[in-house]
Amino acid sequence: MNAYSAIFYLLAVIITVATALTITSRNLVYAVVYLIISFLGTALLFYLLGAPMLAALEAIIYAGAIMVLFLIIIMLMQIDKQEGVASLFNQCFFVIAVAGTAFSLVLLLLYGNSGSFFPLQAAMATPGQFGAFIFQKYWLAVEVVSFLLLVALVGALYLSRTNSEKSAYGGKR
Amino acid sequence: MIVSYGEILLLAICLFFMGMICVVTRRNLLMILIGVEIMLNAAGIAFVGAALRWHSLDGQAFVLFLMAVAASEVAVGLALIVYAHRHSGTLNGDGYNLMKG
Repeated sequence: MNAYSAIFYLLAVIITVATALTITSRNLVYAVVYLIISFLGTALLFYLLGAPMLAALEAIIYAGAIMVLFLIIIMLMQIDKQEGVASLFNQCFFVIAVAGTAFSLVLLLLYGNSGSFFPLQAAMATPGQFGAFIFQKYWLAVEVVSFLLLVALVGALYLSRTNSEKSAYGGKR
Repeated sequence: MIVSYGEILLLAICLFFMGMICVVTRRNLLMILIGVEIMLNAAGIAFVGAALRWHSLDGQAFVLFLMAVAASEVAVGLALIVYAHRHSGTLNGDGYNLMKG
């Protein structure tokens, strides 16, 4: 075991534990903060796997923008404290059955294929290489995605109108 | 020389199933959205590992698109949740049982 694999296992433990704390915590603010830790660990993992551009984007977009958006919404809405202790466990059997079946099938697929367990060579794609690649091969997809972001912006603005604005524009409701 | 692709895939699978469990068991709409985020993130880890495994940048390109889709999904999803909370006063997924908003 060398330094790279030690870092990988450490990051894997951090990400897994933070995500487990996220999905089990009762308080939404705690859940979001644990998820930020998980996403920062994922950003470091991306850097380890040779994607520094994606590591920066993961830290900026996921841990920065999306999670702060969640926090703002949680604090904005004055959510009534908890959702009830029983709700997590009343479907426990079905969840364990479905997730266990799917998980064992995936493990079977993974371990049945002997080619998936040889050590990878460390490699790094610089942001310049990544940008040149993405604008040469996937330029149309970049345009489509930017249009998708525009549509999401307009949709979020439309949904967040208040009633007075609606009547001012002559809306029905 | 770092770990094998199978171990990266194992981590991604664990995270994906955690997100799935979160989506299925939690009642709060915000927690359901967080579970979807966890699943998307797990898919991203699998993509980046595959990009390293086959020395191809296509996997990293798809993670970039995945992040953009996740951002727009969260924006529209949170706007919908705020809208629904304003109209029904609850965040519990079981509380939405009327067709007429």
